[in-house]
Amino acid sequence: MSEMRRVTAIRNGTVVDHIPSGNAMQVIRILRIDTDRATPVSLVMNVPSDKLGRKDVLKIEDRELDQEDLDRLALIAPAASIAIIRNHAVAEKMKVELADDLVNIAKCSFWNCITKNDREPLPQRMRVTSRDPLQVRCYYCGRGQEIDELIENIL
Amino acid sequence: MGDIVTMDDLTNQDIVAVLDDAERLVPVARGEVYLPLLQGKVLANMFFENSTRTRMSFETAMKRLGGSVLNFTSIGTSVAKGETLYDTMQMIDGYADVAAIRHPRQGAAQYSADAVGIPILNAGDGAGNHPTQTMLDLFTIRQAHGTLEGLNVVLVGDLRYGRTVHSLSHALVRFGAKLTLVSPSTLKMPVEIVSDLREHGSEIVETESLEDQIAGADVIYVTRIQKERFPDEDEYAKVAGIYKIEASDLSSAIKGMIVMHPLPRVDEIDPGVDSTEFARYFEQAFNGVPTRMALLCRSLGIDVPKKVN
Repeated sequence: MSEMRRVTAIRNGTVVDHIPSGNAMQVIRILRIDTDRATPVSLVMNVPSDKLGRKDVLKIEDRELDQEDLDRLALIAPAASIAIIRNHAVAEKMKVELADDLVNIAKCSFWNCITKNDREPLPQRMRVTSRDPLQVRCYYCGRGQEIDELIENIL
Repeated sequence: MGDIVTMDDLTNQDIVAVLDDAERLVPVARGEVYLPLLQGKVLANMFFENSTRTRMSFETAMKRLGGSVLNFTSIGTSVAKGETLYDTMQMIDGYADVAAIRHPRQGAAQYSADAVGIPILNAGDGAGNHPTQTMLDLFTIRQAHGTLEGLNVVLVGDLRYGRTVHSLSHALVRFGAKLTLVSPSTLKMPVEIVSDLREHGSEIVETESLEDQIAGADVIYVTRIQKERFPDEDEYAKVAGIYKIEASDLSSAIKGMIVMHPLPRVDEIDPGVDSTEFARYFEQAFNGVPTRMALLCRSLGIDVPKKVN
């Protein structure tokens, strides 16, 4: 049985494939699906994959991911492939691409960063200083961010 | 373009050009020549945290060049009432042509630079950067040795928390300096900084003993061990006064070696050193004036004339 048929095909929505095995829950958090009780979501974890060995797959009904979603996704699933489904067919394929500048994706984790004052109006900004291994620094204070902390601090 | 938030905002070429400008401005900084390059310009000194030397030397630098200064402190002002940095800076954007900012929070200078149109000079943000201090340190070193290239610089004291030594060491390795880092084990330079420095191909030596390092040094840069950084008195007592330099300790120093200190000092350098040929810390404090003059001109897009007299 192909892993794609482990759960029912969706009519409209998004399939996020090639999530590193075990990261699906983080993807759910980073896309803020966990707070949205109206969206049906199917989750497949740890299925065999030629590309990744094992992978997770998410099917999100009636929601099409946009560029901002993909920017977030890139932090934890840089190899993910995205298919937008309309009327049971793949209408669009998208690739995740990590931008150099992450604007309003996550808050800085450093306690003494200027952005710790929630009333300061400028956007949160992170700079990607290395892709492999992934290294991200706060644009303002320059502090390196742990990826786990970034996910914790997703906006 | 005129912002100077970190030393990364200046290329090596920029650094040398600013130091050249600063050198020509020394007679103006001393008040011997009047050169109103910045007449009609206003500097906002935005000090959200106390400072003596930095604030005053910015003020002198601006006034010696014919400009004027707005002094801001956060005590008892709109900031105490809860105003955001963004709002405070919007106001200053309308009142001044350039701002120097010192703030307890890291990243405040970059944040301000993004918030307003006028150029921002970082005068120290938390434990982050203090590029104008680094520039005056480089000025002092070049003045004594005629070059920044390939010097042996010994950094002594609190290398863990001191933002001054962090930005200075980054700048020095860009000019191929050999660095000797002398500190008690509890106050060593953070490992990520040491590895950054080594990436430049510079020779970095770490040690706890100052004694053996004096003979080979071109520069000994001493910092204060700050009491407020320690969780308890006992820990502080263990390292306080550990590197007290006296005039007699410098007998093995090479001719031309200089002793620097960003000040204020407590007891790291005995006053007996002040009258030796090695002491440069008071000149270093003065050098803040011509260096900040040159930086103010650069930020405001004003050329310093090739001949000043």
